[in-house]
Amino acid sequence: MIEANFLGLLNIDAFRHDLIQNVGVAIMSLSVIFVVLGLTYFKKWQWLFKEWLSSLDHKRIGIMYIVVALLMLSKAGFDALIMRTQQALSVGNHHGIVSSSHYQQIFSSHGSTMIFFAAMGLMFGIINLAVPLMIGARDVAFPWLNSVSFWLFAAGMILLNTSLAIGDFSGAGWLAYPPLSELQFSPTVGVDYWIWSLQIAGIGSLLSGINFIVTILRKRAKGMDLMKMPMFVWSILGSMTLVTFAFPVLTATLALLYLDRLIGTHFFTAGGGGNPMMYVNLIWAWGHPEVYILILPAFGIFSEVVATFSKKKLFGYKSMVWAIWAIVILSFTVWLHHFFTMGAGADVNGFFGIMTMIIAIPTGVKIFNWLFTMFRGRITFTTPMIWFIGFILLFSIGGVAGVLLAVPPADFQLHNSLFLVAHFHSMIVSGVLFGYFAGIVYWFPKFSGIKLNEKLGKIAAYLWILGFIVAFVPLYALGIMGATRRMDHYSASMGWQPLFIVAGLGVLIIGSGLLTIVAQVAYSVYKHSENMDKTGDPWDGRTIEWSIPSPAPSYNFAILPTIQKSDDFWDMKQKNRKVQKDYVDILMPKNSYLGLFIAAGSFAFGFGAVWHILWLSIFGLLIVISSIIVRTIDENTEFVITKEKLFQDDIQYYGETR
Amino acid sequence: MENNLVVKAEKSKTYLGLWIYILTDCVLFASLFAVYATLHTNTNGGESAQMLFSMPLALTQTLILLTSSLTSGLAIISALNKDKNKILFWSFITFLLGSIFLFLEFREFNHLVAIGDSWRASGFLSSYFVLVGTHGLHILIGLIWIIIISILIVAKGITAKSMKGLVMFNLFWHFLDVIWIFIFSVVYLMGHMGL
Repeated sequence: MIEANFLGLLNIDAFRHDLIQNVGVAIMSLSVIFVVLGLTYFKKWQWLFKEWLSSLDHKRIGIMYIVVALLMLSKAGFDALIMRTQQALSVGNHHGIVSSSHYQQIFSSHGSTMIFFAAMGLMFGIINLAVPLMIGARDVAFPWLNSVSFWLFAAGMILLNTSLAIGDFSGAGWLAYPPLSELQFSPTVGVDYWIWSLQIAGIGSLLSGINFIVTILRKRAKGMDLMKMPMFVWSILGSMTLVTFAFPVLTATLALLYLDRLIGTHFFTAGGGGNPMMYVNLIWAWGHPEVYILILPAFGIFSEVVATFSKKKLFGYKSMVWAIWAIVILSFTVWLHHFFTMGAGADVNGFFGIMTMIIAIPTGVKIFNWLFTMFRGRITFTTPMIWFIGFILLFSIGGVAGVLLAVPPADFQLHNSLFLVAHFHSMIVSGVLFGYFAGIVYWFPKFSGIKLNEKLGKIAAYLWILGFIVAFVPLYALGIMGATRRMDHYSASMGWQPLFIVAGLGVLIIGSGLLTIVAQVAYSVYKHSENMDKTGDPWDGRTIEWSIPSPAPSYNFAILPTIQKSDDFWDMKQKNRKVQKDYVDILMPKNSYLGLFIAAGSFAFGFGAVWHILWLSIFGLLIVISSIIVRTIDENTEFVITKEKLFQDDIQYYGETR
Repeated sequence: MENNLVVKAEKSKTYLGLWIYILTDCVLFASLFAVYATLHTNTNGGESAQMLFSMPLALTQTLILLTSSLTSGLAIISALNKDKNKILFWSFITFLLGSIFLFLEFREFNHLVAIGDSWRASGFLSSYFVLVGTHGLHILIGLIWIIIISILIVAKGITAKSMKGLVMFNLFWHFLDVIWIFIFSVVYLMGHMGL
């Protein structure tokens, strides 16, 4: 119901929490205060706003995505630590460190944060950094829209974290199945926080999807036919196609759930002519493609990494492209395997079980193509390759577990157990996350000019691989022994505790891996004078992003390249082909603060919607609408970089000789 | 013709972007249609589509919206001929017809709520209000959009920016027409026949 009260449902009770929540709030507030003081002390506020927050440069937006995503990864990693501690301790008469209701919020927030703000954030970060460079473009198709996407993502992230301090978060799991998530059974604002943080970030993702499809279709360098594109770009085209087909379903589903909770419609209610299973169907019609949205870019990264570090052309380019598009199409035909136990009948379950097994085939094609690329290559085991080795081992194990789960009778046994949890973490951690880490290490010199420390990088990768095995292999066993997911307490007679303790140790190893990554970046930046990439081509790369200076200048290419072959830069180096030096003046987008306004507006809208503060929502919506109108009529959005400046920059980096 | 601003706008990357946006909007409506198809028989003991909807009203709405698509197309022809006054005239007619359509829809919603058949009554009515209402919301956005474009044309004349806006609005408006045809068929016609 819409409240007549000035602050809606918001009152002093929203700020009362238990001890662990208070510690979380304290850590969060102290970090914010620390950053604010730091910026003030070093007088960096202007720099922050002028150079970063208002930037339309795709590389800077990409870096901001990655910074936010790594923060969220750590935050949700803490959630994981609390969960594992709880499960290691909460046996028999001992009830662990958190209450049941708080535990529910923790696993809901862990899943939502990891998927929407860690994985999606890293993905869009890497896409932003690499795609325009790889297709020889100076920017994305719609630079301003790109900044809006980032700011919607940021606003969703802030809204989700606000739930820690003000009110509570959803306790209905990361997908908030009704009727549990309906007002009748979840009367607090937790589910509304979940809905609106995902809705706002999801609309940002949708706009990004459109943006990158147009970028790839319309902004490629001259001569770069579709079949000459780097495999990473193909994987992004596939992934973004999935975004445009899947995310509208999420938008609709979240909106319907919110209407159920706000104005009493009967979409997913148990009574009144609603249909809760319709929600489950709809959310997985988005949710299953979402898995492939995340994994395809990781596949693309590995395709680049394996080819580069094996000094060979990617094996089976065409079959890779077909495998991507087979996955794109098939990923819309398997959603029901998430709820075989719904009772759709043997025929329907049989169909979706078989489709699920079929989708493993193109994935297998890709695995074999990478292996054949390595075969008789001159392999150098750099950090990205270590991530790849970990990936191929653990992802294959997880994939086989997935095919096992695709058999409906087996699924009836393993459904909702920790076996499933272990399976999808094998896909999302050792598939998606390892891929993204490899990508960040691989492209780090290109956007920062600094090569990351290899030794620390390798230690981090080994820690993650080891930690993953220790943390998740016990869960496969526990799942078969009957341990269900989302369980905060169990009887000592089950004999599960030793395995839970081992899994908890695994989380600690993963945590130290994450800290090593932070140390790696910090150390490499601190010692930057020793690790500078002075050639622009630190890995002896194959694709054209390595043909420009590191860090890439704001305009990327002083002269837009003309492509003759796939792996064009490799071909140039082999044949000693040179670029014709015809500089021309170029137009680049000016920075814009409107993205920040849209973030503020959509946050106000979301916060108002959560707490039923009507005036705040209307105010936020007006800010968003007027920002869009201001941009629509603004004629003065670009500035010129002269050819003299481009020439000077090139001389400065390469010297007179080139 | 090649250098005409309208033709240029149709070849721009923004236009391709709008096509892809429309595709995503189609998926959004497809979800809502699927929801309607699932819930339209769940009347919760209340009234069904056959008892509630008036065919003459729905047909009137359809004709008004289709005519507005025609006038929006006429605005584009005027733009090809660079006739500023005619663009503004046809845009105004489009706006007028769209507003009448929206008014009729609002009146019908009001009537349904007044006789106790609001979205709270049943799963069927929830899905009806949201499906038709989402289309109405899109129409409202279109109306705001055409006002902004008209102001831009009055203030700045026939510029690349205003013509791009007009061409994009036109595509969006035709799309809303197509969606309405589906709503008319699935909700009103099939509802009338008791399917």
